[in-house]
Amino acid sequence: MTEAFDILLAALILGLALWTAIARETFAAVLGFMAYGLLLTLVWVRLHGVDVALTEGAIGGGLTGVLLIGAAARSRATESVSLAERPGTLTRALAAGLAAAVASALAVCVLILPVPAPTLAHEVAANLASTGVGNPITGVLLAFRAMDTLLEAIVLLFALVGVWSLAPDRAWGGRPGLRHSADPNGILAYVARVLPPIGVVVAMYIFWVGADHPGGKFQGATILASMWLLVMMAGLADAPPIRRSWVRVGLVAGPVVFIAIGLLGAWTAGAFLAYPDGLAKPLILVIEFALMPSLTLTLGLLMAGAPQRPEAP
Amino acid sequence: MRTALDAWTILSVSAGVFFFLAGTVGLLRFSDTFTRLHALTKADNLGVGLVVLGLLPRAGSVLAGLKLAVIWFLVLLAGSTVSQLIARSARSRRPRA
Repeated sequence: MTEAFDILLAALILGLALWTAIARETFAAVLGFMAYGLLLTLVWVRLHGVDVALTEGAIGGGLTGVLLIGAAARSRATESVSLAERPGTLTRALAAGLAAAVASALAVCVLILPVPAPTLAHEVAANLASTGVGNPITGVLLAFRAMDTLLEAIVLLFALVGVWSLAPDRAWGGRPGLRHSADPNGILAYVARVLPPIGVVVAMYIFWVGADHPGGKFQGATILASMWLLVMMAGLADAPPIRRSWVRVGLVAGPVVFIAIGLLGAWTAGAFLAYPDGLAKPLILVIEFALMPSLTLTLGLLMAGAPQRPEAP
Repeated sequence: MRTALDAWTILSVSAGVFFFLAGTVGLLRFSDTFTRLHALTKADNLGVGLVVLGLLPRAGSVLAGLKLAVIWFLVLLAGSTVSQLIARSARSRRPRA
């Protein structure tokens, strides 16, 4: 019975992927991609990777989907032109050949993996107690592979710098995106008042249980950022001008604390990002608490887009 | 008692699945945005609601049951909001009859 479900799920994902790839309209393709992300979330749940499932649902399906919808809306003006022109046979054959080559190379890589696949899971399980964290994923992300997590947070910051660099000169330092003006008594404003309190509680819960159960700062920050975005879209609060110093400080505070604790480790424990004995859990908590607001701000501003209008009252 | 609860689960989840099926058929077959939305909201409200009702006896703990109920409430909120927004946008695009 569960095999039947898995096979159905796999077939559905492949079909949806194909449909998304051949959909001619950008907006339809984006919606296909978002549904694809949600189905992938189900796959991760079936593989018992609930942490990955949460991340996929929040970032892969949700956040990326919102960014792509924004891109599709922007490119709508030129879409009819690009739909009218069809690439030549040679171009299409080359693209198909290249895509097939990449897909088969990936398939070969998966198939030649030794069975059982090489794993460090036993070492993680054996050493998890030394970190004081109950969830092995959090242990890996913030103790054994803390460098990756630090770089992830910094990459997000770079992505935001990239988005901001698209701002026209006259709007530099101003407010991101277009002004949203929804009906103040409308349904969107109503939801933007009702949902955020619930969303904040859920986000903090997911953030807090991350130490011992699936969850963590990335997923929690994504939920917080989406609540913020909802409030901005309903016109209840405007996006902050990016020249404000609290915005700048908030963006870099998390990574700076992370790096400072890493340097502290280099001084006291002998390696960058190493934690002194017995202090692993409190230091991990400090990093998580420092990263969460920074990530929320980064993700929210990333979705709000490049500054487009000067700071006006 | 056990059998009665099982029967309740089977009955309620099946009814929920029926509403999902009917909603999907409606979404595919109906002719314009508003009737399609009408079909879809039935799947959202009644479908999810009946599935949650059917699963409640199996939740194991009061907390898990409460979480299920909260999920239902959130789906209701999101579903009704989004259908309102879609309907409003569809109406503003359509020339007035």
